[in-house]
Amino acid sequence: MLFSLLSELSAGAAGGPGAPGAPAAGAPGGAASGTPAPVRAPKRPHALREGVARVLFATAAALSIAAVALICLFLLVNGVPAMAKIGLPEFLFGMTWRPANDLFGIFPMIVGSLYVTAGAIVVGVPGGLLTAVYLSRFARGRVGSFLRSGVELLAGIPSVVYGFFGLVVIVPFVRLLGPGTGLSVLAASLILGIMILPTIITVAQSALDAVPARYYEGALALGVDHEHAVFKVVAPAAASGIMAAIVLGLGRAIGETMAVVMVAGNMPIIPDSLLSGVRTMTANIVLEMGYAADLHREALIATGVVLFVFVLLTTMLLSVIRKRGEAR
Amino acid sequence: MTSFLKELANEMSVTAVAEVPGAAPAPAKMAVEHLNLFYGDFQGLRDVNLTFPENQVTALIGPSGCGKSTLLKTLNRMNDLVEGCRVEGSVLLDGADAYRTLDATDLRRRVGMVFQQPNPFPMSIYDNVAFGPRSHGVRAKADLDVIVEESLRAAAIWDELKDRLKKNALGLSGGQQQRLCIARALAVQPEVLLLDESTSALDPISTAKIEELIGQLKERYTVIMVTHNMLQALRISDKTAFFLLGEVVEAGDTDTIFSAPIDPRTADYVAGRFG
Repeated sequence: MLFSLLSELSAGAAGGPGAPGAPAAGAPGGAASGTPAPVRAPKRPHALREGVARVLFATAAALSIAAVALICLFLLVNGVPAMAKIGLPEFLFGMTWRPANDLFGIFPMIVGSLYVTAGAIVVGVPGGLLTAVYLSRFARGRVGSFLRSGVELLAGIPSVVYGFFGLVVIVPFVRLLGPGTGLSVLAASLILGIMILPTIITVAQSALDAVPARYYEGALALGVDHEHAVFKVVAPAAASGIMAAIVLGLGRAIGETMAVVMVAGNMPIIPDSLLSGVRTMTANIVLEMGYAADLHREALIATGVVLFVFVLLTTMLLSVIRKRGEAR
Repeated sequence: MTSFLKELANEMSVTAVAEVPGAAPAPAKMAVEHLNLFYGDFQGLRDVNLTFPENQVTALIGPSGCGKSTLLKTLNRMNDLVEGCRVEGSVLLDGADAYRTLDATDLRRRVGMVFQQPNPFPMSIYDNVAFGPRSHGVRAKADLDVIVEESLRAAAIWDELKDRLKKNALGLSGGQQQRLCIARALAVQPEVLLLDESTSALDPISTAKIEELIGQLKERYTVIMVTHNMLQALRISDKTAFFLLGEVVEAGDTDTIFSAPIDPRTADYVAGRFG
């Protein structure tokens, strides 16, 4: 098309006045697109739209990074000076939290957080992993889909509702077991153990689902039964994903606030038994932030810094596990 | 062409049973009788009758989708895993019905299988071979050591691997992985070994090693192998069965099948005119 136009034009130019009619009619269009076309690179029609999209996505990504960076900055700027004022050893390892006397030792809270998190892992991991194995390799048809939606529902329950359930059902139950009010490490561990179930189940289940069928078939072909093949071949093959599930559950447990505040009793002491009350770092912050001022307020933010370090460690642990999983 | 073959296949239902003229036939280790297999509405195998003589290599050949792998997976009931799979007729191991009398796991212990793709477990070489015996109750370290060494030797890979038994099996080459899988299958002391195109994913050198190995294995095991490679069937098998569209067209001595086939379709296939 373009070529025929060009040749027509040159023919017209060469012919000059010989054939004025037809070439003149083609001339306006032909001149506009014909002459510069070989020089100018054709502009991509979607270039503008792509550019806009790129900027939009980059901005969205930058915003979430900025949010993380700002939170870090806020924590450090407000928390670190308090640690310096109190003294890092006195802050981290001080046994007494009594803001009225300017005593800001959060060691009982660190221990409390570790206790209830460990308790949650003990309560939640065995059941969660067995449920994941069941859903991935045993449940069929309706039972399976019913259970899966049950797990999804568990994930959607607000934490305050968990706390309420804990207060009304679990705490009275714990009270029956021994001395004390029932507001305790045990109650907090039980409720957290239930709360981390959906995280553990879904992550572990997808890890198990991703194990290639050839491992399972290879085991069956050796004359072992379904259970043996699942527990001795499929589950170990999903080990890194299962570890990731546990660590994600751990991260969820250590950061949980509302449900724990409602059932833990919240006294800032190192608990001496499962039935003793306990205060976690998250509980410490949320209980006192409303009225704290000056150094007290800063000490609470510094508690947040310590919590943040724990979460960071969990995340790092997770990425180490993932890398090791990929290396296999 | 295909419809012609289909017509032929429907008209002629040859059920030649392997027999050596003159010599006494080797006793059958496994046999299938009037075997029909369905995947839902699709019939994968039609009235298959075959015997698999003890201590011999039987090759199952035929074009893709002809049912040879399906038959292999019926012999150790791996087809049980396929939803909607239904089996009629009988599969016999030493005369015992594999679907009615024998337990599936017990059958699979006695009838080992090596798959098309090497599938070592993601664990150490030692643990791969020891997995079967451990699962069947061998606990003592000394016993397991003996089994692992013997199995790896039988699979002709002991010398290559003896210094790295604790290394992860996934780090091995494809050919080594496949021989490890053979060792793993031998470790449970099966009576029959099924090989499902076990060299098709391997390079020529690894293939040659495994072919040589199969020649040695038949002294102790009954070997049944599916192969796409007709030259491989010719090289290492004693008996050959040719499948087409779910039916056995012809079965007998490998030499006869390749040099003087009775059925024209077998002649066409082994001459490479289709497939």
